[in-house]
Amino acid sequence: MQASKRNGSIGIVTPQQHDFDTPLPLTCGQILPHYRLVYETYGQLNAERSNALLICHALSGDHHAAGYHSEQDRKPGWWESAIGPGKPFDTNRFFIVCSNNLGSCKGSTGPNSINPATGKHYGPDFPIVTVRDWVISQKALMEHLGIEQWAAVIGGSLGGMQALQWAIDQPERLRHCLAIAAAPKLSAQNIGFNEVARQAILSDPDFHGGHFYERNTIPRRGLMLARMLGHITYLSDDAMRAKFGRELREGRISYSFDVEFQVESYLRYQGESFVDRFDANTYLLMTKALDYFDPAADFGNDLSEALRQTRCEFLLAAFTSDWRFSPARSREMVKALIEAKRKVSYCEIEANQGHDAFLMPITYYFEVLRAYMERIAEEAGV
Amino acid sequence: MNTLRADLAIIKNWITPGSRLLDLGCGDGTLLRLLRDERQVTGYGLEIEPDNIIQCVKGGINVMQFDLDAGLPDFETQSFDYVIMTQTLQAMSDPDHLLAEMLRVGREGIVTLPNFGYWRNRLQIGLHGTMPKSRALPAEWYNTSNIHLCTLDDFEQLCAQRNITILERCVVDYTHRVRAGIRFLPNLFGEIALYRCQRGPAS
Repeated sequence: MQASKRNGSIGIVTPQQHDFDTPLPLTCGQILPHYRLVYETYGQLNAERSNALLICHALSGDHHAAGYHSEQDRKPGWWESAIGPGKPFDTNRFFIVCSNNLGSCKGSTGPNSINPATGKHYGPDFPIVTVRDWVISQKALMEHLGIEQWAAVIGGSLGGMQALQWAIDQPERLRHCLAIAAAPKLSAQNIGFNEVARQAILSDPDFHGGHFYERNTIPRRGLMLARMLGHITYLSDDAMRAKFGRELREGRISYSFDVEFQVESYLRYQGESFVDRFDANTYLLMTKALDYFDPAADFGNDLSEALRQTRCEFLLAAFTSDWRFSPARSREMVKALIEAKRKVSYCEIEANQGHDAFLMPITYYFEVLRAYMERIAEEAGV
Repeated sequence: MNTLRADLAIIKNWITPGSRLLDLGCGDGTLLRLLRDERQVTGYGLEIEPDNIIQCVKGGINVMQFDLDAGLPDFETQSFDYVIMTQTLQAMSDPDHLLAEMLRVGREGIVTLPNFGYWRNRLQIGLHGTMPKSRALPAEWYNTSNIHLCTLDDFEQLCAQRNITILERCVVDYTHRVRAGIRFLPNLFGEIALYRCQRGPAS
């Protein structure tokens, strides 16, 4: 079926971009003199400009959150389940913005962009960016779009952390913060997984210290391993058992190191297809942004003090089988928000899909989102 | 007022305007909405049932999906003016522990209970020899969520043992009216009891 006629979809969308010439001072101390942000918008901004939502993407996500890029496009945006006409983030009522983070490889300025100073790819010279830097760059985009205040900033996983950073850094600029399957900072275990992923990339002989573009190669093996590892942490033990069990591809054991179990085949496929659509330098940067995220650090390691900066209301959600950012991590944020006397609701959703559940249209999860967005719509007068 | 449960109206009259409170087992948020609108309270509801959570979110009530059987580990000592539990204590796996948690977190606790010592209950078990069913306790023995029922005397003895002071008590019938018999013999004629209490001696 043609993409524009698919039911419940926003249909064909076209990415937009804007080049910013105001230098951006980064947390790491460097300055980005110019940068580009690529973004998509869905729905219409109302006359009062009160109905704008900002969607923040996760580690390997991008600005393409909903709809299709062409009639032939087979894959919709990454949060097609939740964004569209009549969906929880209803494009009939809200004006929805999703931008690609700085340091990405999907169009916003990042390691695979050309550095105007050298005429070559930034590569490993692209500065380390933080979640806080993303908020500053998105605020510039907000001003470009003529939006004074977001009705809500919304994200899952790393995107949820970004929504939290928005609430702390720009308290007057949002009325609601929806942080789903997020955490107030990474645990040693989380950082450990990221480090193994980075080492897989860094130790690939094709990585060439990040200068692989000039050599017309890519560190396929390293990036594939990083993604395979990531995938294991996105799924739960139960979900993997249900999906693959110990099923064999050929129906019998061959006593070799070839692909034998279905789960091996799945992980290799996920890893290999990722290599064709993602950049190794970006993967390094994004995992670092995750590792460094710790808004409490600026407030004497007191999370409730950090959250006392906020003015918005919060909805937090976590999934029972998520062991990457478990419900306990969301409850740390809930506890700190209670201490900071902020308005917060929290739901713990029964789901066996692991961390990936935040992208699934789970009935209860979506009903909570709908109920919360209904309130936001009423406040916004839409 | 027509749809408002009378026990909620009694609780409302106990609450100081502008206070901060926690409602344990807040259901669809009816009490919190009433107290927000008529007593300007701020606070949170704790609930476990997804359908109730959705109703709370719809109504603009701050609600958290916590299991009360785990106590209140996310709440600081004496951080709320009131912690309220309406018709919830008897459904908990560890009611005495939760009562202690309530009065750790709240400066005052408000508890409402169905009275198992109500005369009709006594009659059913004493004469019929069957587990009581009544307007306040409609479920069957095998599917009831009320696993720790008590009489008013039982509850008050527990409070005495645990150094909990009852500041105010209101015993009513199912329509939440105080009838003459209830005043005379509350443990026999009362169907529902409401208590306002605190930890330690009255100040």
